[in-house]
Formats: sequence, C-alpha cells, structure tokens
Amino acid sequence: MEKLINEFSNHIHVSNLAEAAVLEVENLKTYFFVKQGVVKAVDDFSFSLKSGDKLAIVGESGCGKSMTALSVLRLVPNPPGRIVSGSIKLDGKDLLQMSESEMRNIRGNRISMIFQEPMTSLNPVLSIAQQIGEALILHQKLSDKDAFDRSVELLKLVKIPEPLRRAREYPHQLSGGMRQRVMTAMALACNPQVLLADEPTTALDVTIQAQILDLIMELQDRLGTAVVLITHDLGVVAETSERVIVMYGGKKVEEANVNDIFAMPLHPYTQGLLAAVPKLTTLSGKESYSKRLQEIPGIVPALVNLPDACTFAPRCAFATDICRHEYPPYTNISSSHKVACWHVAKVC
Amino acid sequence: MVSNEAPVLDVSNLKKHFSIGKGIFHKSNEKVYAVDGVSFSIPKGQTLGLVGESGCGKSTLARAVIRLVEPTSGEVRIMGRNILELSKSEMRDCRRQAQIIFQDPFSSLNPRMTAGDIVAEPLIVHNIGSRIQRLERVAELFDLVGLRAAQLSSLPHQFSGGQRQRIGIARALALGPQLIIGDEPVSALDVSIQAQVINLMMDLQEKKQLSYLFIAHDLAVVEHISHRVAVMYLGRIVEHSDKNSLFSRPQHPYTEALLSAVPVPNPKLKRHRRLVQGDVPSPINPPAGCHFHTRCPYLTEQCRVDVPPLIEVEQGHWVACHLRSPKLN
Repeated sequence: MEKLINEFSNHIHVSNLAEAAVLEVENLKTYFFVKQGVVKAVDDFSFSLKSGDKLAIVGESGCGKSMTALSVLRLVPNPPGRIVSGSIKLDGKDLLQMSESEMRNIRGNRISMIFQEPMTSLNPVLSIAQQIGEALILHQKLSDKDAFDRSVELLKLVKIPEPLRRAREYPHQLSGGMRQRVMTAMALACNPQVLLADEPTTALDVTIQAQILDLIMELQDRLGTAVVLITHDLGVVAETSERVIVMYGGKKVEEANVNDIFAMPLHPYTQGLLAAVPKLTTLSGKESYSKRLQEIPGIVPALVNLPDACTFAPRCAFATDICRHEYPPYTNISSSHKVACWHVAKVC
Repeated sequence: MVSNEAPVLDVSNLKKHFSIGKGIFHKSNEKVYAVDGVSFSIPKGQTLGLVGESGCGKSTLARAVIRLVEPTSGEVRIMGRNILELSKSEMRDCRRQAQIIFQDPFSSLNPRMTAGDIVAEPLIVHNIGSRIQRLERVAELFDLVGLRAAQLSSLPHQFSGGQRQRIGIARALALGPQLIIGDEPVSALDVSIQAQVINLMMDLQEKKQLSYLFIAHDLAVVEHISHRVAVMYLGRIVEHSDKNSLFSRPQHPYTEALLSAVPVPNPKLKRHRRLVQGDVPSPINPPAGCHFHTRCPYLTEQCRVDVPPLIEVEQGHWVACHLRSPKLN
C-alpha cells in the first residue's frame, strides 16, 4: 500500500517541478448539428489547470458541463456532435491534433474520468478486478497476474473492505457507494494527471456522498492529481473546490476562487443560483424560519439556434437591449475573478 | 401534538412487509421490512417532512398511506376515517381527500394526453361536473399553478421539467384534497426550478390550508418547507420533532450523521464532520436491535439486542435511541 502511494508521489513530483498548466483548454467550441439547427453545447470555453488544482464546473442540467468533460477526452458522439474549434493542450500538446490511437493512450492513462452513474458505467459481465485491470494491462503492459494484484491494492486505496474478495465479484454484488469507489479506483489506476469527475456523487445518498467526496479529495491531496469536479450542487462545490467556473447555456459566465464566488457573486445567474438554494440553518445556530426562496424566473433555455447574445438575458432582472444583442466580454475584477456581464457595475 | 381539530392524517403502527418468494414452488419466508411500525400525524395546514436515505421505506410509506400498496397492518386515518377498513369503491371516494405528486415529472404524465386532459382526468374518474364545468375547473387550476391557458392542449414533452411538475400539482389539486403526499416532488428539478416549485407548494398550502406529507432526501429543502420532520431509517422512524428542535438539536446519531454529511454552500465554514461508515444494510433481515447499530459510533451492547422505543425527550421531540433513554441519563 505504502509502496503504491510512494510510486504515485514520485510520478507527481516530476510534474510538480514545472509549475506550468497541465491542461489548458482554449476557446473550445463543441457544437451539435441536428435537424432543428445548431446546438452550441460548449461555446468558447476556456480554462486551465495546474497539477493539484481543484476546479469545479457548476451549472444546471443542459448547460454543457458534461460535454466539456467529454470534449476534453474527445468522446463527443460524432455525428451529430463535433468539436468545431479551440485547443485542448495536455502538457503543451494539443489533443485535438492527435490521432485516435494517440488519444487512446491518453484516455484512462493521463486523463481519466469518473462518470455519474455507478450503476450503468460498469460492465456487468466483467469482474471488478478485470475492469480495473483493463487499463493497467493496456497502458502499463502489466501481466494479468500483476494487474490483478494491483487492482486489489487499488481497492484497498479506495477503502473497500475485503478487497481480495471484492476484486473477484461483479458489479451487481456491490452497493452504489461501493461501485463509485470502484469507478474511482479505475480512474486512478494509471495515476492520471487530470481526473474529470462528472457528478460523481449525484446518484448517491448524502452519507455515502460525503464518504466518496472525502475519498476523492484525500486521494487527490496524496497523489497530486488535478481534479475537475462537475456538479450542480453548490454545497459540494463549497466543500471540495478551490476554483469555480459557473456555466450557463454552454458558456462560462463567471470564474473565481471558491470564497469569492460565495461571498461576492457577480453574475446575476450566480447570484440567483445561490439565493435559490434552501440553506440548512442548523449550523449557523439561528432558529430556522420559512421565507420564500428566491426564484430565477423562466426556464433553462434550449441551446438550439441561440442568438449571439447573453444567454441569461431572458431570465435576468438587469437585462437591457445590449444584453439581447451582443454577448458580453469578460470583465476582470481581480486576477482570479472574471465575469461575463454587461452590467457588472450595476449588479454589484 | 397539540391541535383542536382531528388531524388530517393519522398513522399508527403502520407496517408493510413484502415477502420475497424464490422460485415457483418453494416460497421463502424472507421478508423486506419496508415499513415497520410507523406512527405520525399531520394536522390541518401543516407539513410533515420525511427524510431518509434511499431504500429506507419513504416511498413505500407514502404509497401505503393511500393504499396504493396494501399495508400489512396498522391504522391509517384520513380525516378521522380508518381507510384500511374501506371497500374499493369507498376507498376511491376517499382518495378525493388525499392525492399524491410523484418524483419523476418525465414518467408520471401520460405522453399521449394533453396537459388539459391530464388535469381533467381525476374529475372524469370521480364523475364531477359537466364537460363545461370541468374545462372551467382545469383552466382555474392551470392559473393556480402558474401555467398559461394556451398550454392546455400541449403534450407533456412540450413542457420543461418544472412545468411538468406544475401539471402534476394541478392534477393532484383537481379534486380539492386536504392532504397532498409529495414523493420527492422536487428532487429531479434544477436548483432554480426547484425554488419555483417549492414556493408554489408553500403558497398553495397557505391559500388552501393543505396538509403535506413531503418526502425528500434533501435536508435543506425539508427544513425549508416543513413544520415537523420525521427521520426514517430502514423502515422505522428514528427521530420525530418540530423542525427547529430537530435541526438545531438532533438527538439520534443517525440524524446527526445525516446533517453532518450535507454539503453546505459556504466555503468558509469549517466543520467537524461526523461521518458514518459503510452503507445502509439490506432491509431483508435488517440488523437486530437498533437498525442503526451497524454504523453507529456510540454503539453499546444493548443496541445490538433491544429495539429502542420512540421516547419523548423534549416537548414534542421524539427519538428512538438507547443513549437518550432516561435510564442511561
């Protein structure tokens, strides 16, 4: 076990020396060409990630969070989807220029992903060890026997009790939380530089969610992996991330450090989102009282044939003509806080 | 609970056990204790929030309360009438008083019916009013839940998730019930839409003096909407209290763990988390004694053996835990 961690740490150490960005996504555009028109699932999206970073991408369903992650791995279903332009650089090398076989070398090896549905993203007819071992045999050329032993070690790492027995079992024999641990073990098998976690705990109960999030964060601290956590839950963001990107309608509307997002949200959508969440009053010590939740009027827009305007304008209290005709540029509030809104001055 | 009127819903010692037969010829005696001796009551105009993790029996309880699944034993009184003694047709009549809103707004509406027809269906089933009167009533209901009359002839797929849940609410309100059972009515919705639906439900409660049995796994939502809260674990209520007392002074270790596990949207709040280990045990052959003892950090010998009774530890605050029983304190 300790050996395993040391091995991981050594690997990380090397990449730590260069403080450059591990992953750099620039002006990514992933569009879907459907009968009704063009769906701009991800539109002009940029972010960068250093090793050990904890980035959260937060937004409601259909805002393009998952598509961003799938784009990074070049797993966008094509057709109808296509990465239209932009670049995704891993250690300075553009993934979009790579061949499919080079890309296979990246997936699950240097960038890996944890999916939302632990119930459906495991193969029901392969044993746990076979599924974890697959990446090891493929990428690290381990023998079957070594891959099995390593799988057991990884199960131990993600704190599954009786790893030796569990390694021989099949997904249906495990609970949801246990399956998500297996997914985490699979994702970490080749000690990736970047871990994309797409709603890793959404399907789980709160007590299990807390266990899994603690596990991911603990392993990240130990292994130094950069994590992109995709979620709709602002509570999860607050407890696990350092930096936050708020997405709406395929675009990045605000980016800031986690403290700033919660203390000083600048985009009307971020503000609305924060106000719409009912809060537990227990911990503040105040007696709870029911007042109306603040609503964001209207609905999340369909992304088909959106005009080139602020996507939030139809639901925004501050919207004026310019919002409906032109997408706002990013305003830098500080080196780490930027927001896309025409009315930043008015809003804050 | 202090109330002058009879409670709208009064459940006592309700049980629902499912037997699981294996194969055709050898019936096994194994049972799932989905709901195992649950009692509570809801006065007029109030909301009881029911929380618990998946598989703890919340949804079975919701369905058993209006006999969508037939309870094994116990008593359910709606407006004072014990509904478990009613015949099928009497029961149908009684359902006018108690309606249910389901979790998934995508699968609980018939995709081939128009929104107007969906909302009118309870009126047709119960043979209420003429066609014209029904149309008027449906239009009124649409207005009440914030849908436009122009949407009457739209099909469910033309609505967003939040709007579909509004249709579900309109359908539940069609018969003018006293009690609405919401089985995770906002869980499938996005945050901004969830707020709209919660506000709508609270407004309707105020307007019509409705009683809600509100089931959710999101504790913050439950705290927001409820007057009283019951926490369920493996078929039993382990804590039951008014919400202020429950959320500020949780007495049961499970409630404590649940509250501790909820992620709080405040990055500056550094909490000492008290996490429970492991998963919820299977409700088939649940652990003996206190069901929670396999995960409880304060486990004693007694917990493995005796089922803790629900005791009133403070005015109106009930908890089922040996640690809180007067003997030990």
